[in-house]
Amino acid sequence: MPKLKVDGTEIEVENGTTLLQACEAAGAEVPRFCYHERLSIAGNCRMCLVEVKGMPKPQASCAMSVNDLRPGPNGEAPEVNTRTPLVKKAREGVMEFLLINHPLDCPICDQGGECDLQDQAMAYGIDKNRFAENKRAVEDKYIGPLVKTSMNRCIQCTRCVRFTTEVGGVEELGAIGRGEDMEITSYLERAMTSELQANIIDLCPVGALTSQPYEFKARPWELTKTETIDAMDAVGSNIRVDSRGREVMRILPRTHEDVNEEWISDKTRFVWDGLRTQRLDRPYIREIGKLRAANWKEAFLRVAQKLKGTAPERVGIILGDLVGAEEAFSIKQLADALGIASIDCRQDGTPLGNAGGRAGYLFNSTITGIEEADAILLIGTNPRLEAPVLNARIRKRWLKGNLPVGLVGEKADLTYSYKYLGAGPDSLARLKDFDLSQKQKPMVIIGQGALARPDGAAVLAAAQSLGGVKDGWNGFNILHTAAGRVGALDAGALPGAGGRSTRDILSAAKAGDLDILFLLGADEVELPPQGTCFVVYQGSHGDVGAHRADVILPGAAYTEKSVTYVNTEGRPQMTRRATFPPGEAREDWAILRALSEALGATQPWNSLAELRKAMYEKAPHLARLDQVARADAADLAALAGQGGQMSGDAFASPIGDFYLTNPIARASRIMGECSALRNGARLEAAE
Amino acid sequence: MLADKDRIFTNLYGLHDWGLDGARRRGCWVDVKSFIDKGRDWMINEMKASGLRGRGGAGFPTGLKWSFMPKQVGERPHYLVVNADESEPGTCKDREIMRHDPHLLIEGCLIAGAAMAAHVGYIYVRGEFIRERERLQAAIDQAYEARLIGRNNVHGWDFDLYVHHGAGAYICGEETALLESLEGKKGQPRMKPPFPANVGLYGAPTTINNVESIAVAGTIMRRGAAWFSGIGRPNNVGTKLFCISGHVNKPCNVEEAMGIPFRELIEKHCGGMRGGWDNLLAVIPGGASVPCVPAEQIMDCPMDFDSLRNLKSGLGTAAVIVMDKSTDMIRAIARLAYFYKHESCGQCTPCREGTGWMWRVLMRMAEGRAEKREIDMLLDVTYQIEGHTICALGDAAAWPVQGLIRHFRHVIEERIDQYAANPDHAGAVRLQAAE
Repeated sequence: MPKLKVDGTEIEVENGTTLLQACEAAGAEVPRFCYHERLSIAGNCRMCLVEVKGMPKPQASCAMSVNDLRPGPNGEAPEVNTRTPLVKKAREGVMEFLLINHPLDCPICDQGGECDLQDQAMAYGIDKNRFAENKRAVEDKYIGPLVKTSMNRCIQCTRCVRFTTEVGGVEELGAIGRGEDMEITSYLERAMTSELQANIIDLCPVGALTSQPYEFKARPWELTKTETIDAMDAVGSNIRVDSRGREVMRILPRTHEDVNEEWISDKTRFVWDGLRTQRLDRPYIREIGKLRAANWKEAFLRVAQKLKGTAPERVGIILGDLVGAEEAFSIKQLADALGIASIDCRQDGTPLGNAGGRAGYLFNSTITGIEEADAILLIGTNPRLEAPVLNARIRKRWLKGNLPVGLVGEKADLTYSYKYLGAGPDSLARLKDFDLSQKQKPMVIIGQGALARPDGAAVLAAAQSLGGVKDGWNGFNILHTAAGRVGALDAGALPGAGGRSTRDILSAAKAGDLDILFLLGADEVELPPQGTCFVVYQGSHGDVGAHRADVILPGAAYTEKSVTYVNTEGRPQMTRRATFPPGEAREDWAILRALSEALGATQPWNSLAELRKAMYEKAPHLARLDQVARADAADLAALAGQGGQMSGDAFASPIGDFYLTNPIARASRIMGECSALRNGARLEAAE
Repeated sequence: MLADKDRIFTNLYGLHDWGLDGARRRGCWVDVKSFIDKGRDWMINEMKASGLRGRGGAGFPTGLKWSFMPKQVGERPHYLVVNADESEPGTCKDREIMRHDPHLLIEGCLIAGAAMAAHVGYIYVRGEFIRERERLQAAIDQAYEARLIGRNNVHGWDFDLYVHHGAGAYICGEETALLESLEGKKGQPRMKPPFPANVGLYGAPTTINNVESIAVAGTIMRRGAAWFSGIGRPNNVGTKLFCISGHVNKPCNVEEAMGIPFRELIEKHCGGMRGGWDNLLAVIPGGASVPCVPAEQIMDCPMDFDSLRNLKSGLGTAAVIVMDKSTDMIRAIARLAYFYKHESCGQCTPCREGTGWMWRVLMRMAEGRAEKREIDMLLDVTYQIEGHTICALGDAAAWPVQGLIRHFRHVIEERIDQYAANPDHAGAVRLQAAE
């Protein structure tokens, strides 16, 4: 381990550490623009220059390894200085160069207040301007509806170029031109195709790339920042919701090394305008074929009246994708109390949770486990659309080399190369070309596309037999797409004895064998036609479920309540309320509690804390927030032999349209625009 | 003056046959097998003993550079890369070698390749050199045909030589930018360390040498290191191609001994100064990137690395640009500043932003449309660029301006005064907006 002296403090750092990291470790602050821990090193901004004793010129600390430092003549530790006049002068010089062609339009720049250039100019710049010439002007570029460019402000740090190529896996941004005419551009003036593209907004150290939908909306210092969890996919990305008054103004990623590093998908980032539109802000009751506004009392009364004369076996409950664990637990308790056995949290109709214990429905290797994997087999999944951030992790591992990836299912551009092994379950039987038996840490990743079909249980059994489980390594992984699914499974929201599953509930409803269908945020199901059965919809948005409903109970969206979401790897994380639900809408647990009273089965909790206490008794691991409770791999054996024969149908991804997977996204204008653009682009490509 | 028998480039002017037969008559390709048979260490030591300093501009000892290559060939092959991207304004020596004495270069490549255990060599030829590339390729074809290079050649060292044609960017003459360009990427310099001898072309150990440094290797070994080191002055030995341009009576390329005094160089080979020695104003002694030296300092200065460094200039590529008193020094340096602004790759901040700034200020100063305090500001800007960039192009852009201010500050001041005294002349700023 090399030793060095930074500003007089001697420290020991690991091999391969850069000088910049070593300086930080020693407590010295080093300004930088182009350097970013998660991207390759460019060394082009020259802001991080430090003085190394014995070297005539100041050195770019980001690009220099501590191993390249030479010890003094008597073996003394090499000395690095970050506070000498030489360094100060160098920083001032670089800062001046960066600013001479920068427009200094901070008052009208959205980056204002959170701009690296602003901050560092204050800390390391000089206070006068010596540049008397005309400033350079650069035309703005179109790179899609999400990222607004203002290229006059660009300081050519190339972080965006490196992000899109390295993490995003699309080579759509680059620099053209030489010298001061160098410009960052996509050249084609076409929207970028990465699902992670908007991360370049965060990466951009200046205001060259800013959020288009957030344009001129707010200043960072007037926003209330709430640290919470994303619900757009099952990764459980850590986010920060910035709100002003009752409105969510923007969503930003938070760093969580084990989950999303510091990236979030575009859907996570830009779904916020969907939180304002199509909202259910008061209860509704259908009368003479038409929905009319009602109050809570009326709505509850209507449900209670209907339920009174109905046998419990003629009632079905389906839970949607965004339901929190507390709500799932609560409704399951209510169903049990009322003797309703037909309750199912798997609105897509997968067999997950039927057998195999927790290990049977978790991403057992965990997301960080991807970085250790030595082979990955994807079955019926397109992780790029189902979990873009997780896909970036696979790409990160793939870039390191020596990672064979196999795919059974729909062909797609996953941003890394893979071996295509077949389209449907029949290919699983003959995977000779892709042998996992010799691997130490293989991963089998099964997507919902392989499971949400009548032969799902058989596919699950077949996947289990592929040998992903080794000594000390569980490579059996279910990739969920619904944020609430694992939590609901953990809370036990599954059919009771003799109860129907989603598929049977829906077919029973169609056949007239069901009188009441209760939808808790379930919008992605094929509902029975009007008049066949009585539908109660509880949720936040006026989407498919609300349109069909006979009674609407307005709930809260994921930014408006505190619930536990368990991500695909089984990590419980709790959201926090950033804003209040609109109008008369209430938090969902409270609605269920009030409903239980109206139904004469009053639930024994009066607060969320009491509800959680009851839930933790049943599922204690949910109380250990942010800790992955590993499931026992031995349970997986129970999956074998389930489900009978597999059909020959090809696997299809559950994500028809990445931008429109849930009611909030479907209410979002931005997501709609992205979706239209992508579908348009597809047509163009097909022609 | 260098005796004719000591000349290495005996066909510098293309008076004889450039081809293999002609080259052989001039002694090329003789004894090459015996050098290779003596082994890597002998060849490297011979180069070290010869005292040859790299002819590309920096003057780094060539033998030492060769010795940096790993002793054993590891997982990755070794590469030799020859830098024939001769783009320094004023320099025109490598093209003559490629046109008229290409076999010296090819022979040198084989020897250098054997000395550093490289079986493959690339010659990166400047984009504008169309005929030179054709001639060089023809000579390589001849060498292949005569089994002088290639697999199973008569010299017993398998060696493939490829000519790569650049696209005409000055920056691609910087060794790591050249490697990037050779790999098919955008020509932008790499960060050092790691140095190319460890991680070079395609991540493999690579040595990059100038054409002239490589082309003299064969002759040095034939005639012995002692012969080469006996020419010139200590630490600045051997012969060197000088490219003399500008206000001399007969501009020319000439091979001369290192350390020849400037006056002798001009008198003997260039027919003297235009208008006599009193008419000499300044000289840029080593290609556009070194600071200029005023007449009285350069007149009797020996032309070698150390003497010119003592004048705060440099020998560079020995492209001697001579300027007489008809020269507008400010405009001359402003033109060079434009060149560096145009050729900056744009990768790192000081050079990208600074070169344009310097050029714009110099253009104003050439008119006199500036203020005197801006002279010091300009000088400060050059120091802000110098030493803060990834490659040496930042320094190269800064030095000419520093030279100008160091020696011709009074000219700039006079120009400013003159402009200030005649605000109505043609170049004056009209106060249109105010009117």
